[in-house]
Amino acid sequence: MNALTPARNWADYGYAALIVLAGCLTWQLYHGYLDYYEQGILLGSAAGLIWLGWFWKPMRWYFPLTALLALAAIGLYQGELARGQSAFWLKYILSSQSAVMWMCVLFFLAMFVYWLGLFKRSATALRVATGLTWAAAVMAMTSKLVRWYESYLIGADIGHIPVSNLYEVFILFCLITALMYLYYEAKFQARSMGAFVLPIICAAVAFIIWYTFDRQAHEIQPLIPALQSWWMKIHVPANFVGYGAFAIAAMLGIAWLLASPKAIQPATRKGLLLGSLAVFALTLLAHLNAASLASDPNNLTGVGFAAKFGYSIAGLLLVAANRGRLQHVFPKPDMLEEVSYQAIAVGFLFFTIATVLGAMWAADAWGGYWSWDPKETWALIVWLNYATWLHIRLVKGWRGEVLAWWSVVGLFITTFAFIGVNMFLSGLHSYGGL
Amino acid sequence: MTQASRHLPFRRALFDLLSSMRFAISLLTILAIASIIGTVLKQNEPYVNYRVEFGEFWFSIFQPLGLFDVYHASWFLVILTFLVVSTSLCIWRHWPGVVRDFKGYREKASLNSLRLISHHAEQAKRLETSAVESYLQREGYRYKIRHEGDTTLLAAKKGSWQKLGYLFAHLAIVVICIGGLMDGNLPLKLLETFGLKAPEVRDIPQSQIPAISRLESNNLSFRGNVTLSEGSSASVVFLNAGNGYFVQELPFALKLKKFHIEHYSTGMPKLFASDIDVLDLQSGKVIQSGTVKVNHPLIVDGVAIYQASFGDGGSGLEFMQWDLASGKTSPLNTRSQTNQALTLAGRKYQLEVGDLRPFNIEDLGKPAEGSTSAVAVDKLQERLASAQAVTSSKNLRNLGPMVQFKLRDDTGQAVEYQNYMTPFFENGASYFVTGIRREVSAPFSFVRIPLDSDNQIASFIRLRQTLLDSSLHAEIARRTAAKAQAGGGVSAQSQAQFAEVTQTVLSQFAQGGLPAIDRFLAEKVPDDKRQAVAQTYLKVLQGAVIDAMDVATGRAGLPQLPMNEANYRFLMDSLVATSQLFDYGSPIILQLNGFNEVKASGFQLTRSPGKNVVYLGSLLLILGVFCMFYIRENRLWVHLSEQGTLLAMSSNRKTPDLDREFARHQQQLLGQKPTEQESDA
Repeated sequence: MNALTPARNWADYGYAALIVLAGCLTWQLYHGYLDYYEQGILLGSAAGLIWLGWFWKPMRWYFPLTALLALAAIGLYQGELARGQSAFWLKYILSSQSAVMWMCVLFFLAMFVYWLGLFKRSATALRVATGLTWAAAVMAMTSKLVRWYESYLIGADIGHIPVSNLYEVFILFCLITALMYLYYEAKFQARSMGAFVLPIICAAVAFIIWYTFDRQAHEIQPLIPALQSWWMKIHVPANFVGYGAFAIAAMLGIAWLLASPKAIQPATRKGLLLGSLAVFALTLLAHLNAASLASDPNNLTGVGFAAKFGYSIAGLLLVAANRGRLQHVFPKPDMLEEVSYQAIAVGFLFFTIATVLGAMWAADAWGGYWSWDPKETWALIVWLNYATWLHIRLVKGWRGEVLAWWSVVGLFITTFAFIGVNMFLSGLHSYGGL
Repeated sequence: MTQASRHLPFRRALFDLLSSMRFAISLLTILAIASIIGTVLKQNEPYVNYRVEFGEFWFSIFQPLGLFDVYHASWFLVILTFLVVSTSLCIWRHWPGVVRDFKGYREKASLNSLRLISHHAEQAKRLETSAVESYLQREGYRYKIRHEGDTTLLAAKKGSWQKLGYLFAHLAIVVICIGGLMDGNLPLKLLETFGLKAPEVRDIPQSQIPAISRLESNNLSFRGNVTLSEGSSASVVFLNAGNGYFVQELPFALKLKKFHIEHYSTGMPKLFASDIDVLDLQSGKVIQSGTVKVNHPLIVDGVAIYQASFGDGGSGLEFMQWDLASGKTSPLNTRSQTNQALTLAGRKYQLEVGDLRPFNIEDLGKPAEGSTSAVAVDKLQERLASAQAVTSSKNLRNLGPMVQFKLRDDTGQAVEYQNYMTPFFENGASYFVTGIRREVSAPFSFVRIPLDSDNQIASFIRLRQTLLDSSLHAEIARRTAAKAQAGGGVSAQSQAQFAEVTQTVLSQFAQGGLPAIDRFLAEKVPDDKRQAVAQTYLKVLQGAVIDAMDVATGRAGLPQLPMNEANYRFLMDSLVATSQLFDYGSPIILQLNGFNEVKASGFQLTRSPGKNVVYLGSLLLILGVFCMFYIRENRLWVHLSEQGTLLAMSSNRKTPDLDREFARHQQQLLGQKPTEQESDA
């Protein structure tokens, strides 16, 4: 047996057969509605799902389970969107919005239980937290699938894959980040990492909740002509594998900073703590002041964004003041460093793919593969940033402190490319506006 | 440091610098920072906008620095060139080593050097060469055997593509930059520098643009725009160039047959598509026909035709012109996007007709709810219910065709109007809606003129004339007072006094509408009584308008309007509209009666020979990144001698995977239980 393809068991083949069956069924039912590219995507997705299931065993139950839940929801809908408000299972669990709400709750619960496990050093709590994260990931995937179906219930011409606006991609971000994290958690047997990764997911979840209740962003909108393309199906998810991976790398960078031993002068520590407090207080003051002055709610989002930047800086100063405090939790901080590197490597690959796909789509939609549009340019900046990071690590052989801080800075750059560009800069890529 | 380094020849030192990692990293950082400038500062705007935004002083600094077109500025191109040079030299430097690694098996490794490898294991028993060979084959390793005396070394390896990944990824950067250069406007920039070409800055017809601003159709790459109205054709596109533009000749002529636009029920655009013909320049014969849609360009002769924008292409408009003073009507036929001189009430005006928009779906807000409970729990439940559903009921309505135009008087002052063609219905009544604004940035304020039973504004115009005609006020006041007396509202004695008040109210209203009455009250009535008097005046006015209507219909020889709820509402709306029209700024109302729509479609035409080069580079890049990170290069040595067997393994990266794999080989080949061999790291 070749080492490249480890022994497969009946479960592997059973899973593959299931995917092939589902693929064939989909083909038979819908191939008339798909153009060549979409038929290619269907084929590629089937192959990708099989590969994922073989590569990482839990996917062998994850995908069938989410498909089953989605099918149950579709069955319950009976072709009528209104049943989402009346049928019990849809109303409380399986309609896409209910599933999203469950996802939100489960992610928050998972975060708190991870923290509990971290501070109480309870392996049981950590196991429970992992379970909660899995449950949240199941709900997230189910919500995506059901939302896809619901969009067709609104109108045949409105139906589209739910990755078309900021609300939908935030759920995608939570989903992909959680799954990637769960993979690394299992691979490195280090559940405490969740205490650091879950907060970034929960930040996204908090945004989703605000976006739903304050802006009604959860309503399904039809696609404008520029987005009516099969490119969207692959460009957007590839991008979010990148974003998710960079987010994980940054959070583990923080974990590494807290875990790797470092002696800090008490005076320095005090200074950093005071600095953190000062930055926090100033930002809060400026935030409240600006919030009371701003009359236009649109300005307010920009203010909130800038304020969050201030709070994050305060948080990072706090991290700097507490270097080495978590030595006992991660006896081998090198492992965090390794995961962080692997995440950036996978993120870089997917971000490269996504940017290339984006360029090819732009060539079809905007008349040029590169227009120096703000979104494109910021994608380039993100790419250059991680290219430099990887060069320094792989060629210069640097490790540790600088790279850990850098991965955190990288997340700021990525976040700006992801949301900031849409909020502060105008351009062609204006679909994800707040 | 050493003497040797001090005496390094300059060329060698330059080579070392340019190919060094430090230089490359600095370049990546500088490029990233330089790129930010262009995203913060809006690029390629007309220079006027920058002058206004930054002032003359900063404009004179920013403009020469190329900050308004960063990505085509010479300094930016220099950075990119350095990146290409640095990457090329880096490849040049590492090329031999990579090839050696890719080809070589390191079969000359000595026993001692193998023992220095962290992952190694030994046993006293010498294995059979053939057994090792078949094991290596099974494991997918390629190997080389070297015999020396009675020792045999099997040097094996797997995953050599890892090393090629480096070449691919770095070559990709060079390839992409070359592709980009092929599509860039560098040749044009050079021609401009030498004064052979210069952009046109005047706004003159295309045919009059001199040759110095025209580019031949054999130009290797370009990206230009042209807007065509339905039925028209063009054989040139326009290229933006700083403060001006170039005219790019096309190898064919492009004709727009028809432009289609479709909307979703929400009013969002669903489809933009242009039916086009591509014509031969000489014969005018159709070479190719097709439909260009967003995301579906048409490629003709290496030129890609994209759907870029759309608009009104000069539609025929039929207006009815209502003279507010005389009430007379006259037709006015014109086209959108044209100017026309008008003489109105003895003054010269310029009518500047803007765009016709045939389709205007607006969200008129949530339908008003009967009960507005402010209880927090209800609100929360409402929010939760709304968050639970992926749709919500919207009050969408198509307001129908709309046209915007400006009326500029002889002093140059312009007022902008936005008139809807179809009546606006609300609660059973219908209105003609006209919007007005005096500043471009201001929102339109709308006047709703009630329509009569024939859906015309004629009745309103008549009533307005009567209300504003002071010679008729006495008659109106008399009738109002008489009616009030008959109804028992006022005594016979005070009837005259009532008539007088009515006449005062009417004459104030005729001078400036409701605000004039307000001003009058503010002047004449003490503060404490003003509220009550205002109420009375309003009631008087509301009564008088009924009689004014009677007078108006009487004068026009029409039957009296029966007084019912609908007609009463008509009168009240007329009162408000009359008052608002004092501020209308135009002596006429232009009512759109019909149109003959001609749409326009904006195309972007590009020729980019470098596109496939860039795609090839992108493919190389992805392949390279994948190979570098996801192929592990494993090397395995099995040294067989009289002393026994030595197994050593190395990889390009020390990971737990390496530990595991070495342990497996150790167990399967040597039959040893894997020792707890943690890597030194």
